[in-house]
Amino acid sequence: MSAQALINESALGRNRRVKQLGKLGLWLNPVLAYFFLWAPILVLVLFSFNQSKSVASFTGFTLKWYSNILNNIVGAESAFSTEIMLNAFRNSLFVGTIATAIATVLGTMIALAMARGSFPGKRLLDGLLFLPVVIPEITQAISLAIFFKVAFDWIHLLSGERVFPGFHTIIMAHVTFNISYVAIVARARLADMDPTLEEAARDLGANPWQTFCRVTFPLILPGVIAGALLAFTLSLDDFVITFFTSGVGTTTLPVFVYGLLKLTVTPEVNAISTIMMLLSTLLIGISLALQGRSASRS
Amino acid sequence: MSRWFRRSQKNGSLLALPTALWLLVFFVLPLVIVLVVSLMSRGRGGVAQMPLTLQHYERTFGIFSIILWRSIGLAGLTTIVCLLVGYPLAFFISTRRRRIVQQITLFLVILPFWTNFLIRTYAWRILLGDEGTINGILRALGIISEPLQLLNTQFAVLVGLVYGFLPFMVLPIFASVERFNFRYVDAAQDLGANETRAFLRVVLPLTMPGLLAGCALVFIPSVGAFVTPDLLGGARGLMIGNLINNQFGGSGNMPLGSALSIVMMGVVMLSLLVYVFGNRRQTGA
Repeated sequence: MSAQALINESALGRNRRVKQLGKLGLWLNPVLAYFFLWAPILVLVLFSFNQSKSVASFTGFTLKWYSNILNNIVGAESAFSTEIMLNAFRNSLFVGTIATAIATVLGTMIALAMARGSFPGKRLLDGLLFLPVVIPEITQAISLAIFFKVAFDWIHLLSGERVFPGFHTIIMAHVTFNISYVAIVARARLADMDPTLEEAARDLGANPWQTFCRVTFPLILPGVIAGALLAFTLSLDDFVITFFTSGVGTTTLPVFVYGLLKLTVTPEVNAISTIMMLLSTLLIGISLALQGRSASRS
Repeated sequence: MSRWFRRSQKNGSLLALPTALWLLVFFVLPLVIVLVVSLMSRGRGGVAQMPLTLQHYERTFGIFSIILWRSIGLAGLTTIVCLLVGYPLAFFISTRRRRIVQQITLFLVILPFWTNFLIRTYAWRILLGDEGTINGILRALGIISEPLQLLNTQFAVLVGLVYGFLPFMVLPIFASVERFNFRYVDAAQDLGANETRAFLRVVLPLTMPGLLAGCALVFIPSVGAFVTPDLLGGARGLMIGNLINNQFGGSGNMPLGSALSIVMMGVVMLSLLVYVFGNRRQTGA
C-alpha cells in the first residue's frame, strides 16, 4: 500500500469518525432535551410523595402531604391555608370569566374589522394590536399600575371619591392583553374562510347583519371559541400583570402561589403544585378535545 | 353593490372603534404616562413630581448599566442555548416518519408548558438548592462533600430561562422545517455540494424565518424576565425586571422604575427591528 493511500485511508477514517460523532450528537440531543424538559416536573411530583421533608433523597412513599392539604393541617411555619387557596381559585375563575367574555367580544370585533374592512389607520391599528403580545409583561404591568394610580388620583381630586384597585383593575388589565390573542386566533380563522360564501349570501338578498349572523359568525365560531379558551387560560395563568394591578382581598391563584413559593418550601407546596399541574393539563386536554371536535365537524 | 361596499367600509371602522379605544386607553395611554413619569423627579413615597429631569436615565446607564448589560447578556445566552438545543430538536421531531410519533414528540415539548410558569420555575429550586436533588445525588455518589452553590446564581437564571422559553424556539422552527422539502438537499448533493455545504446553503436559509421568529420569541421575554430571576437568581442573578419591580415597593422610586422600563422597551423594540429587518432580507434574497 502506498503512502498516499494510507493518508487517504486515515483521512477517510477521521471523516467517518466525525460523521459518527455528529450522528451520535443528533441522537443525544433529543434524549437530553426531553430529559431536561421532564426531569424537573417528575422530581416535583416524586417529592410530593416523599416521606421526609427533604428534597435531596427519597425515603419512602406517603400521601400525608396531600391529606394535610385536604384537612387544612400544615406546619406552623407555613402561610398556607386551604380555605385561602380555594378563595384565590374562585377569584381567578371570576376574573378569568369576565375578562374572557369582554376580550372575546372586543377581539372578534376587531378581527372582523381588520379582515373585511378598509379604513384609514388600519395598518397602524394592526401594529397596535400586535404590540401587547411582544411587549415584556413587566412593562405592561407597571404601566397599568401607574395608569390606575394616576387615574384614581384624578378621580379623587375631581369628585372627592376614593377608588382602590381591585377586581375591576385586574379585569381591565386582563382584557387588554387578551384582546390581541383573541384577535389573532379569530383572524386566522377568517383568513381561512371562503369570502365567496358571504358574497353569495349578499347576492341572495341578505343584509350585512343577516350575512354576519347566518354565514360569517357560524363559520368563524370555532376560531372564536379557541380564542376565548386561550384568553381564559392566559387569564388564569397570569401572575406578573395581576400582581401589579390587584388590590387587597383580590388575590388570584397565581398570586397566592407566588406568596407561598417565596415564603416556604414545604412538601405541601410540592403536593399543591402537582395537583395544579394535573388540573391544568386536564383543563387544556378537555379544551383541545372540544376544539378538535368542532374543527372536524365544520 | 357599491353602496353595500361603501357601507361595509364604514361598518369596518365602526366595528374597530370600541377595541381601538380600549387599546388607546389601557395600552397606549399608560405607556405615554410611563414615559412622562420617567422624566419627572422622585417625590415622597417614591411617587413622581415636578420638575422634569433626566437623572433616572443617567442612573439607568450609569450605576445600573451593569444590570442592564447582565439582562441583555443572559437573554442573549438564553437565545443561543435555546437555538443550539431547539434547532436539532425541531429537526428530530419533523423528520419522524410516522405521524403519531411526530405528534407525540411534539406533544412532549408542549406539555410541560401547560403547567403554571411559577411552578415550573419553582421546580428548579428543588433541583438546584443547597439541600436540593442535584446536590443530594452528587453527595450520595461521593463526588462532592460540600454542597455546590447552584441556586441564586446567574447559572440558575440561565437554566430557568432556557427551561421557560425553549418551546418558543422549537415551535416556529418546527413549523418551517415542516414546510421544507428535503428533495432540495438531494438536489444540492447531486449538484456536488457536501453535507456541510448543503446545510449552510440550502437548509439553513430555508428554515431561517422560523429560526429568526424563535430567537425573537425567546430573547424578548428573557430580557424582561421577572419571575425567573426572582425565584432562582437571588442577589447575584438580579435582572432589570427585578430592579423595576423593586421601584414599586415601599421604598421605591417610580420615576426610576419607569425610566428602566422605557430603556428595556427600547431594547425590545431594537431586537424587533433586527427581526423584521433580518426577515425582510431573508425573503428578499
